[in-house]
Amino acid sequence: MTGKRLAEAIISFFAAIGRIAIRSLATVGRATLFAINAIRRGLTPPYYPHKWLEQLAHIGWFSLPVVGLTAIFTGAALAQQTFTAGSRFNATSTVPAIVVLGIVRELGPVLVGLMVAGRVSSAMAAELGTMRVTEQLDAITTLRTDPFRYLIAPRLFASVIALPLMVMIANAIGIFGGYLIAVYKLDFNAVGYLKVTREFLEASDFMMALVKAAVFGFFIALMGCYHGFRANGGAAGVGEGTRNAVVSAFILILLSNLLITVMAFG
Amino acid sequence: MATPKIQISGLAKTFGANRVLDGVDLAVEAGESMTIIGQSGSGKSVTLKCILGLVRPDAGSIRIDGEEIVGLGERDLARVRAKFGMLFQGSALFDSLPVWRNVTFALTQGRARDTARMRAIAQENLERVGLGPEVLNLRPSELSGGMQKRVALARAIAPRPEIIFFDEPTTGLDPIRADVINDLIMSLVDDLGITALTITHDMASARKIAHRVAMLYQGKIIWHGPRDRLYDSGNPYVDQFVQGNAEGPIR
Ligand SMILES: Nc1ncnc2c1ncn2[C@@H]1O[C@H](COP(=O)(O)OP(=O)(O)OP(=O)(O)O)[C@@H](O)[C@H]1O
Ligand SMILES: [Mg+2]
Repeated sequence: MTGKRLAEAIISFFAAIGRIAIRSLATVGRATLFAINAIRRGLTPPYYPHKWLEQLAHIGWFSLPVVGLTAIFTGAALAQQTFTAGSRFNATSTVPAIVVLGIVRELGPVLVGLMVAGRVSSAMAAELGTMRVTEQLDAITTLRTDPFRYLIAPRLFASVIALPLMVMIANAIGIFGGYLIAVYKLDFNAVGYLKVTREFLEASDFMMALVKAAVFGFFIALMGCYHGFRANGGAAGVGEGTRNAVVSAFILILLSNLLITVMAFG
Repeated sequence: MATPKIQISGLAKTFGANRVLDGVDLAVEAGESMTIIGQSGSGKSVTLKCILGLVRPDAGSIRIDGEEIVGLGERDLARVRAKFGMLFQGSALFDSLPVWRNVTFALTQGRARDTARMRAIAQENLERVGLGPEVLNLRPSELSGGMQKRVALARAIAPRPEIIFFDEPTTGLDPIRADVINDLIMSLVDDLGITALTITHDMASARKIAHRVAMLYQGKIIWHGPRDRLYDSGNPYVDQFVQGNAEGPIR
């Protein structure tokens, strides 16, 4: 009797795990199909150049203040931390090296990715989700315009282009933030600091940062569009889509960042 | 007899456990104005969305000018959709675009071009629904509900489609505006030869614009006939509905 109940409990436990696994696989499959559809249709005419520019401005230009702010403070804090930790074993000269490597390889791309995901994935999901529940997406289709070409492709491509540009800017600002603290607070020699920075600044690191940024940009727009597109059930559905977009974009950014880092250095 | 403009047979659609359409049969002739009545939630809007290829039916056939459209791919559907204009129940205006871009969307298909000509076309179509040039540059969110409905109407008629679907065109309008819309629909049908399929809860409007009326109940068309028979259909369901009685065979 208890044996049977135990067996049932074990079976239902594995059934629950199986259901979750199947559901996640189904989501990954649907999102992949969505992405393939968007890319395939986005690469064939008609194109909407004004929509691409509009999205570049939305994603890139208007995100710059928050990205710049994050970068300068993080660079400064990183310099201070490295100095404090390094002073315990007379290694304070590593400050410029750690700042440049830390910012360019990891912090620049990841911080920009997360900041923009919070700002842009949510906005895209909310906008497209509202269009879904107010039947604007149906209206676009009946007016013989493909929402994938008109709405999704411009967002995806603009995001893939904007993120690398923003990461370049953030890297420069982050390194500058470290420089400010090092030179004006920690009494580093300005010329010497810049010289070490230059020595540790490698093209391959920059390339990796840009690849990461492009991948993050793709996931940011993909999750925003996918969850917005699938929204249903009024305002609550839009809210849920928005939350799912941000959470899934965060997860994808962190996972792909680790994957790229491991592939590059592993 | 000529091929009907729209021929629906055995149309069925279920959402989850909710069986909405359960074998709808309906034919609309070219140049005809047909009105569908039925309770809220009976599947009137879903029927229109099936015909437009926005909702995939579970079963049944939809022929437009004799061409089967159930199961068509996106490209063929887009070609067929060129014949249609649709006024959505909730207007569904694009709130990121100004009114004039909304009205001419079917002509530009989202591209930013021909600004002067498009503004002129927008103004002309807005005039037909009783709106002046002062709304051209406004955003849909700056308009009242009834004005939004009329802008949506202007958007539906702007490309002069062969068939127009009106989903509750007079709901939310004052009686005078509603009658202007009735006149507009009649002139589209009588003067331009458009085929119109209208959903309405407004019996005065139905009596004015419809050549024929069909009633959708529990997933089927349970009655259809000329509008003159609407008030003596001999069908207890139709009688209860058009007279708005709480008592009767409809629960
Ligand atoms: N996308 C959808 N997903 C799930 N259920 C839906 C969907 N669209 C419509 N339904 C359901 O189908 C039924 C019919 O909806 P429909 O919008 O066609 O009603 P209607 O006859 O137009 O009503 P009203 O007069 O209130 O507009 C409703 O029960 C609705 O909940
Ligand atoms: Mg409806």
